[in-house]
Amino acid sequence: MDMNQYLEIFIDESKEHLQEMNQILLDLEKQPDNLELLDAIFRIAHTIKGMAGTMGYTKITNLTHKMENVMHEIRSGDVDVKEEIVDILFECFDALEEYVENLIMTGEEGSLDTDNLIKKLSMVLEGEPVEKIEEEVSQTGDVVSENIVKSNHEFTIKMDDMLKSVVNKAMMSDVNIFLIDVILDEKCMLKAARSFIVFNKLEDLGEIIASDPEAELIEDEKFDLNFQLLYLTKLDAKTLYNEIMNVSEINEVIIEAVEEKYDIASDDKVETLKDQSSTSQDTTTKTTKTNIRKNQASKTVRVDIGRLDNLMNLVSELIIIKTRLEDEGFQQQKNSNEMHETIEYLERITTSLHDAVMKVRMVPVERTFNRFPRMVRDLSKELGKGINLIMSGEDTEVDRTVIDEIGDPLIHLIRNSLDHGIESIEDRVAKGKPEEGTVNLRAYPDGNTVVIEVEDDGKGIDSEKIKDKAVSNGLLTREEADNLSKKEAINLLFRAGFSTVDVVTDLSGRGVGLDVVKSKIESLNGTVEVDSTVGQGSKFTIRLPLTLAIIQALMIELNKEKYAIPLNNIKEISTINSENISMIQDQEVVLYREKTLPLIRLGDVLDVEDYEKKTGEMLVVIIKKGDLEAGVIVDKLVGQQEIVIKSLGKFLKGINVIAGATILGNGGVALIIDSNQLF
Amino acid sequence: MAEVKEYVVFKIEKEFYGIDIKYVENIEKPQLITRVPYAENYIKGVINLRGNVIPVVDVRKRFLLEKKEITNDSRIIVISYEGDRIGLIVDSSSEVVQFESDVIEKAPKIGDSVKDDFVKEVGKEENRIIMLLDIKKILNINDQENA
Repeated sequence: MDMNQYLEIFIDESKEHLQEMNQILLDLEKQPDNLELLDAIFRIAHTIKGMAGTMGYTKITNLTHKMENVMHEIRSGDVDVKEEIVDILFECFDALEEYVENLIMTGEEGSLDTDNLIKKLSMVLEGEPVEKIEEEVSQTGDVVSENIVKSNHEFTIKMDDMLKSVVNKAMMSDVNIFLIDVILDEKCMLKAARSFIVFNKLEDLGEIIASDPEAELIEDEKFDLNFQLLYLTKLDAKTLYNEIMNVSEINEVIIEAVEEKYDIASDDKVETLKDQSSTSQDTTTKTTKTNIRKNQASKTVRVDIGRLDNLMNLVSELIIIKTRLEDEGFQQQKNSNEMHETIEYLERITTSLHDAVMKVRMVPVERTFNRFPRMVRDLSKELGKGINLIMSGEDTEVDRTVIDEIGDPLIHLIRNSLDHGIESIEDRVAKGKPEEGTVNLRAYPDGNTVVIEVEDDGKGIDSEKIKDKAVSNGLLTREEADNLSKKEAINLLFRAGFSTVDVVTDLSGRGVGLDVVKSKIESLNGTVEVDSTVGQGSKFTIRLPLTLAIIQALMIELNKEKYAIPLNNIKEISTINSENISMIQDQEVVLYREKTLPLIRLGDVLDVEDYEKKTGEMLVVIIKKGDLEAGVIVDKLVGQQEIVIKSLGKFLKGINVIAGATILGNGGVALIIDSNQLF
Repeated sequence: MAEVKEYVVFKIEKEFYGIDIKYVENIEKPQLITRVPYAENYIKGVINLRGNVIPVVDVRKRFLLEKKEITNDSRIIVISYEGDRIGLIVDSSSEVVQFESDVIEKAPKIGDSVKDDFVKEVGKEENRIIMLLDIKKILNINDQENA
């Protein structure tokens, strides 16, 4: 039976179960007496065991089996739930997660060794005190080399009927059958060559029947540090061990004797197999195995992010040239319908191509999020605070580059919340808050952006204290500080000046490193804001663009200069008459849809040469930033266009109002307006 | 044998300047330059260099010389410095010279603050002197102004 069609289901389901187990373990820690939680873990371990058993993943099966036993003992009251036990269960969880991770990547369980864990679990069962367990387990490392012949090592060589029959046949003759696990030294440079030497040596002394990975893969160096062999020889285990260890750069060799006959599913099958010559047996095993691998490989392909970037760049170039074709097509002849249609078709294709490439690069934020529950657990233990992390929107997708970059800032923010936001248990009780603090981590898409929020119900940030601090730091004058709104004041935390150690103790380092967070987010073209109510908590809001490279923009003209305004910052386009403009505090405004709309003369802002103040009918692009709106007066609208964002480079970094540049169809460069900075 | 260094030579007004060839990526004919608001005044703007947007420095402006229209002789020398590319607009440029290290001398202080800043060494040929530019000084001006 071909198991591969089930692999995906297995992975999906185990991931779900593991997710659940993670959650329950976290809960269990808080309420060790809750039998329902124990039952739940038992159930999950049992389900995973069943699934893994069906799939033939022995390592997972063994580990979950042991976990099940422990849970059973705990349930029957023989063993108490102690912190250490939960810790061990967490370790088991990590191990299971790694197995599943390996399955996703390679279709194999991988070589993670859980002997120690299983040992720990067994000792828990025997009621040994935990300290002793740790001790014993740490000792086993030395014992291994003396116990050359081990019985509980995990071998991944798949024993199909053919192999079994070979083994059974060999049993009858005067040969020893060994399973050998050769673990190469981590520093081994030429793994393939090393393995070749081992293979050669063993071929001289006996017969290698099967290997995992297969010989071809080993030759191609497509394995981690170890490979396993099924081996027939007349030598005994000790000699064999020494022979292999004589090859340099071998870290460890584990040998297990195969002493029992294998059961073979059906007898007539054996008969047919026996008819085949032993060499052909060998090759058939190999081919079936290779097939399995091929199937797995076609489901997912791991691609270097660099190649995706390259692809993206090429798509960008294609879009530039497409735009150019459009321009030329319009200029040359409006009568040629065919040309027009062709260009439209090209446009559709490039747009789909772009979407497709973007999708390839999109990954759910879950990837970054799922390490946080554990982090929060460990940290709250460390800090001695009770903290509950609630996550939502883990399936929100963002660009791969964003995922990689967003982790650190989020860790920073969450740490900050735990460390400085959430009060100690005593303080919380004194304030009449629930003992346990809550940190909310949310992600959701919002138009062309993705929003990630970190909210805590801690002590909040006192804007007045920040103002005082800003004044004493010399960042602001008293007057400036007093004019700030509460929100503006709190956002001073992101200023570099606040990231020094001498932040007053009341703020207790709330600002530490926040400027780093901000600059990181801004380097991704995102924004970060903070809102807070003293005594009730703080909320950090990160807003990131979905795509980093290509956006829709409105092209406008000022005199002869062309600029691009990102479409997602534009609310609408309208005309106004200069007669309707009035002045409020030196600011031109106009009444628009019963609201006062401040006007920005972009030509003046950008200092366009020979720019004249226009009168009469004027074109206004209404831009938005959060709840704010403003009208930008422009000379001419060129039209909507897909543009490729290019950075201006280090030398022009941080220029006001300009977010980047884009290349026009005619080969010229147009600058992209950062409309958020116009407010 | 003394060490030989190569320099790309360009001309501004009547004077010759040299840039260490290791920084020079290529030399382009003048093309459409897009002005960048709020940039330093000696940044003429940005150009499209085969799909990349790179800033160009008006070297005349940098040397505090009067403005001169771009002509057919004008060139943009594209240099690469610490991974970033940047163009320098010069009046003309057409040759590469080799200097053995013993004909390179420390630039004499001539009291012209601009040249004292940018020219660290001079290379002597039979009938002309080539002022060898300190690229860092020309590009890193941002740091200085911020400091």
